[in-house]
Amino acid sequence: MSKGRTEALLSPLKAATEARIGMGRSGAGLPTRAGLSFALDHARAKEAVWSELDREALQESIADLGPVGLADSQISEGRAEYLRRPDLGRLLAPGAELPDASPGGICIVVADGLSAMAVKFNAAAVLRSLVPLLPGIGMDLSGIVLARQARVALGDEVAVKMRAAGVVVLIGERPGLSSADSLGAYVTWNPHAGMPNADRNCISNIRAGGLDPADAARQIAGLLRTMKRVDASGLEMKTRLTALTKADG
Amino acid sequence: MSYVTTLEQTRFTFPDLRALLAKASPHRSGDVLAGVAADGPVERLAAQMALADLPLSAFLSVDVLGVDGDEVSDLIAARHDAEAFRPVASLTVGEFREWLLAPETDGAAIAALKWGLTPEMVAAVSKICRVQDLIAIAAKVRVVTAFRTTIGLSGRLSTRNQPNHPTDSSRGIAASALDGLLMGSGDAVIGVNPATDTVEDYVRIVTLLDDLRQALEIPTQSCCLGHVTTAIAAMEAGAPVDLVFQSVAGSAKANAEFGVTLSLLAEATEAARALGRGTVGTNVMYFETGQGAALSANAHNGVDQQTMEARAYAVAREFDPLLVNTVVGFIGPEYLFNGKEILRAGLEDHFCGKLLGLPMGVDVCYTNHVEADPDDMDTLFVTLCSAGVNFVITVPGSDDVMLNYQSLSHHDAVFARETLGLAPAPEFEDWLNRIGLTDGAGRLQDAPPALAGHPGVAGLLEAHA
Repeated sequence: MSKGRTEALLSPLKAATEARIGMGRSGAGLPTRAGLSFALDHARAKEAVWSELDREALQESIADLGPVGLADSQISEGRAEYLRRPDLGRLLAPGAELPDASPGGICIVVADGLSAMAVKFNAAAVLRSLVPLLPGIGMDLSGIVLARQARVALGDEVAVKMRAAGVVVLIGERPGLSSADSLGAYVTWNPHAGMPNADRNCISNIRAGGLDPADAARQIAGLLRTMKRVDASGLEMKTRLTALTKADG
Repeated sequence: MSYVTTLEQTRFTFPDLRALLAKASPHRSGDVLAGVAADGPVERLAAQMALADLPLSAFLSVDVLGVDGDEVSDLIAARHDAEAFRPVASLTVGEFREWLLAPETDGAAIAALKWGLTPEMVAAVSKICRVQDLIAIAAKVRVVTAFRTTIGLSGRLSTRNQPNHPTDSSRGIAASALDGLLMGSGDAVIGVNPATDTVEDYVRIVTLLDDLRQALEIPTQSCCLGHVTTAIAAMEAGAPVDLVFQSVAGSAKANAEFGVTLSLLAEATEAARALGRGTVGTNVMYFETGQGAALSANAHNGVDQQTMEARAYAVAREFDPLLVNTVVGFIGPEYLFNGKEILRAGLEDHFCGKLLGLPMGVDVCYTNHVEADPDDMDTLFVTLCSAGVNFVITVPGSDDVMLNYQSLSHHDAVFARETLGLAPAPEFEDWLNRIGLTDGAGRLQDAPPALAGHPGVAGLLEAHA
């Protein structure tokens, strides 16, 4: 149904957008294949949201990179509670096994967030590229902490306990229909409890077919270098950079 | 003052009106997260019973939000019209529900209450309504607004064609808008959520949409949903701005989080009206709201999320908007957990908006981390259509590739026309028919030669190749 001129008009435009244009129709319904294909994309996204982080496998695969610790948020009843209670996902549960570190280093927290699949597929690749870059920008790795049922702000509490100068949280992003495995990186300098989100920097869409993990690692290292220079992140970093530029000019 | 219900020797006490409203709210995750929800179904019923026995006039002597100097609370108090309130002034909340349902109460009688009702009264009565009540009462009320099309007439449903693109590519936006137009979508507005918020991009986007409208002589209006200050700057630069958009919420603190005040919204309304671009009406504002916005900004002060949402409508109605919609399933599972909670919230928002005199639409939508799917959206859409919703939002194949959530598809608009018999706005309906996109019975056709080979369309696409 409804092929012909509509299709002729829209087909050449499909390259202009990822939007699902020119799908055709049968009455008001989608063609069967298109309808099922949409349902499959949604099923993949749901599966990613409800997936659990295989921490042991990840821990083994990155053991050579440095000290690895484990942490949990105060979510105790699984994914359904995680989705309902973002407040508890930001709080560290007692009993975390954090690496001993000298103060002033960089702590990397790997968190499942809204897609453990994003962590499974992309976290190790980012870590492998990022960790070797730290000495080059004059920083030490305090340790890598694998956190379950965690939100971004959990990283602040971990970093405070490890007396880190900066924290990088690699976390599964909310899955979209086109990608269920996007990893986000939240970078924060001088992290502390009650840190406003405006004082973080974020790099998103890290995945195969999105931002390449090695490129993401270079961007994170670049951010850390700037943050160290102006002793701030997020909006405050921007303000201080602008002030510096003016002073130079 | 505290409120008490006794059920079989158990005394339930609610310390104030804020707590009573919150505990009487049907269950939703946001009220649990805020720590204001009822402890269980029995306490909820006790609260609903106490609320049903409360005189409506009690709301006139209590500041539910309880934040000194909140300009939304001040606006609500200042706008209350005792004369308009008189027909229901002696009723309790429970009697008010019955009055609204009674066959003698027609749409005109409800519409006449507009400035006599406060958001808290409307929220209160919605809490003791079943889904069917929310539909039956809202279906009586028509709120009609106009710019280049007339929206909200009986037997009609308008659509916002939402051609978003992740990087605001002009060609990508044009391609998506055209896809929607070929499906008959866009009589409420062709509206883009920009990925960036610069004046330059804003001007580029509204110019593109205006060029498309003029090339095809479409009777509709366009909008770039940037920040209101960006819109003001674009208007100062002479851009073709039809509608000015802004997200609003139910307290001054929540609005501050959006970077707006009432005076800023008044300034924008005046500037857009002064452009005189409407042909059949002068409603120039477009607002979006959604339950949970105030809580996420920690600006609710212990008030439940549905009452806060109704308060946002008091902000919206101050500016005679063309369009208002709740983005009901967008905010996430910590506020509305599943399809059931989204369904009820969407109908509550539509009901409260209509009772407060707003041209209410709904973005029937969900994200991938809530427990909802297209079946839930179909149910919400059809129930909203039976409640007389003014407009819904449609995107290609339900997939918004910029905001990463699922709204309705343009296909759903075709369903509403052909199965539910709901026509678009009359001016747009005429255009569809004239250009040959629909036949005489309103059935969608393959792109007519006049449109497929249109030099204006080809020229526009080439210009943005």
